[in-house]
Amino acid sequence: MWKPEPSLADLRYTVEKAGLTPETLLTAYRQMCLIRSFEETIADRYYIGKTPQFNMAAGPIRGEMHLAVGQEAVAVGVGMHLRDADAVVSTHRPHHHALAKGVPADKLAAEIFGKVTGLCRGKGGHMHLFDAEHRFSCSGIVGASFPQAAGAAFAFRHRGEPYVAVAFAGEGAANHGTLAETLNAAVLWNLPLVIVIEDNMYADSTPKWQALAQPHQFQRALGFNVPAYLVDGMDLIDVWRAAKEAIERARAGYGPSFIEAVCYRYRGHFEGDAEEYRTREEVERWRQLDPIPRLGERLKRLGWADDATLERLRREAEEEVARAIAFAEQSPLPDPQEALVGVFR
Amino acid sequence: MTRTMKGIAFAIAEAIDQEMAERSDIVVLGEDVTYWGAVFGFTMGLHQKYGRDRVIDTPITEQTFFGMACGAASVGMHPVVSLMFVDFLGAGFDQMYNHIAKNHYMSGGQFAMPVTILTAIGGGYGDAAQHSQVLYGLFAHVPGFKVVVPATAYDAKGLTISALRDPNPVVIFGHKLLTGLPFLPFEGQEEEVPEERYTVEFGKAAIRREGSDLTMIAAGLMVHRCLRAADELARDGISAEVIDLRTLVPLDTETLVASARKTGRVLIVDEDYRSYGMTGEVSFHVQAGALDALKTPIRRLAVPDVPIPFSEPLERTVIPSVEQIVAEAKALLAAGARA
Ligand SMILES: Cc1ncc(C[n+]2csc(CCOP(=O)(O)OP(=O)(O)O)c2C)c(N)n1
Ligand SMILES: [Mg+2]
Repeated sequence: MWKPEPSLADLRYTVEKAGLTPETLLTAYRQMCLIRSFEETIADRYYIGKTPQFNMAAGPIRGEMHLAVGQEAVAVGVGMHLRDADAVVSTHRPHHHALAKGVPADKLAAEIFGKVTGLCRGKGGHMHLFDAEHRFSCSGIVGASFPQAAGAAFAFRHRGEPYVAVAFAGEGAANHGTLAETLNAAVLWNLPLVIVIEDNMYADSTPKWQALAQPHQFQRALGFNVPAYLVDGMDLIDVWRAAKEAIERARAGYGPSFIEAVCYRYRGHFEGDAEEYRTREEVERWRQLDPIPRLGERLKRLGWADDATLERLRREAEEEVARAIAFAEQSPLPDPQEALVGVFR
Repeated sequence: MTRTMKGIAFAIAEAIDQEMAERSDIVVLGEDVTYWGAVFGFTMGLHQKYGRDRVIDTPITEQTFFGMACGAASVGMHPVVSLMFVDFLGAGFDQMYNHIAKNHYMSGGQFAMPVTILTAIGGGYGDAAQHSQVLYGLFAHVPGFKVVVPATAYDAKGLTISALRDPNPVVIFGHKLLTGLPFLPFEGQEEEVPEERYTVEFGKAAIRREGSDLTMIAAGLMVHRCLRAADELARDGISAEVIDLRTLVPLDTETLVASARKTGRVLIVDEDYRSYGMTGEVSFHVQAGALDALKTPIRRLAVPDVPIPFSEPLERTVIPSVEQIVAEAKALLAAGARA
C-alpha cells in the first residue's frame, strides 16, 4: 500500500470534506462491481474455442483482448463527475472507461462480440468503440487519445459550452510525443481538458522503470504549468477527489489538469499473455489493494453499508452484465455486404 | 545442414542472430523486442544472447526511435528496428519516409542508410481496422525503401540476411499468419531451412507453381492462398501458375512478363488496399511487357478500399480468400473464352 489507510476519524473527515455522500460511494461501488463483472465475463467468453491451444482467431470473440481488471477505481472515480455531453477519448484498454462514461453495457458487449446490434454494428471491435450519444471514443493506436480529447475540449471552449474532455492513457502512452504536444496546446489555449494517466507499471511487457526517465509522468505536466495530481488509483476516494477538482476547474474555464493514478492490472497485457516479465508474487501483493473490497471495507467502517448491502449491489451489477452478455450472444452477426459500405457518409 | 522450420518468425530471428554474432554494427531497437520478441517473434531469443545493450526495449515513441535509427545509421551503425504492427507507422513515418528513405539521395550519396525495419502485417484473426493492415504499398510508393515480403521460412531467413548486408533501408513485412507462432493460425508450410547463413537476392520473384492457363501473382500470405486456389482449380482441369513476388521493390518484371506471355491471363491477388497499390503497379508492368500476348484484361483481387472491419463475416468479405481467388480465376478464364 503506498498511501496509509486513514483512521476512521480521518476517513470521516476526508469524505465529509470532499462532499462524498453514502449514495455517491454506493453508486461507485456498484459501478466498480459492474466493470469487474463485465471484464471477467468477457474473459470467460473470450476463452471459448481458445483452449487448450490458445488461438487468437478462434471462438466467439476474436482478436486481441485487453481487460482492465484492477483499474476500475480510476475509470469510475473520473466518470462519476462527467455528463453525457462531456467527451472521453480512451485507448486499447477501453471497456472500463466506456462503462464509467455511461456507454450501455449491452451495446458494448455486442460490439465486442462483433454483432450488428453493437455500438459500431460490428465494424469497430473491442479496441475501436464509438458512442456518439455519450461522446465516447477510443483508439488502438497508443498516444492517440491526448490530442483528440484536446480537440473536443477546444470545440467546447470555442462554442462557449460548459463541457469537459478527458483523455485516458497508460503510463506507456504518456511517453509518446503527443502528450507533450497536447499539454503545450492545452495551456496555450486554456482548454477544458483533463488528462488521466493510468500508471499500471507496465506497457505490454515493458516495466515502467525501463521506459521512464522520471519516476512519474505527472512531473512532466508540471513542466507545462499544468496542475497535476498523483493519486492512488486503487483507491476510489482518492481518484474521485482529484477528478472532482480537475473537472470542476476545467468546467469553470480555468484550463487543463493532469491526474496520474497509480494502479495495477491483474490480468495480462492482453489475454494469452504469459506474463514472463513479472512475478505471481507481485500480482498477489497488488491484490491486497483491490479497489473493490477496499471501498467496501470503508463503506462498512463508515457505517454506510453492511455486507448484505454490498452483496446486493454486487449481485445487481452481475445481473446487469449477464443481461448485456446474453443480449450480445443472442444478437445476429452483420450482413457480410455491410463490410463494403460506410467509408464515406 | 537443414532442419524443419515452421514459419517465418524464427527464420527472421535466426538471420539477425547469425549476423549479429559476426558484426558489431547491428543493434535491435523497438517496443517489446526482448521478452516478447517484438510480439511476432522476429527478435525472439536475441536479448538472452546479446543483452540489453544491443537489444533495446524502447519507450512507445516511434518518431524518436526511428529518428534515432536514422542518426545511428548516419554514423555507421546498422539498426534493426521493429515497427510492431505496420498499422503503427503513422506514429513514426516522418522519420522513415522523409529521412531514412531520402537522406542518401538528398546528401548526394554521402549518408548511407543501412536500416532494417521489421514489421508485422495482415489480418484474418479479428484484430480490426488498426491492427490488420498490410500497407506495403505506402512504403513501395516512396522512393528509397526496399520492400521485402517473405512467404516462406527459407526466404525469410535469406531475405533478412540480404537486408542486413544492404547499405539501404529495407522493410521486411512479415505476415502474422505465416509466423508459425502458436497463438495464431498458420497458413504456410513447414519446410527445410539451412542452419548456415545464405542470402536470397532481392528482385527475383519465385515461380511457386508452374501452370499454363493463367498466372496468379501475389506476395506473403496471398501466395499460399493462391497455391490452395491453384489446387482447387486443378481439380477442375485448370492449370494455374503462381508467382511469389518476394520483393515489391525491386520488382522482378521480367519473370512476371514472361509468365504473362506464357499463359496469356493474369490475376493479381493482394491483401493490401486495392486502389493505387501493388495490383495496379504490377498490372502496369505486365501490360507494358505482354499486352500483345494477353488474351483478356488483367484482373485483380484485393481489399476493396475499405478499412478491415472487426466482425468475422465482414472481415471475411474484404480479405481475399481461397474461394474468392478461385472465383476470380474462373471469371478470368470465362472472360478469355468469350474473347
Ligand atoms: C503507436 C503504437 N505503438 C505501439 C502500439 C502497441 N501497443 C499496444 S498497447 C501498448 C502498451 C501500452 O501501454 P500503456 O500505455 O501503459 O497502457 P496499458 O496497456 O498499460 O493500459 C503497446 C506498445 C500501439 N498500439 N500503437
Ligand atoms: Mg501501462
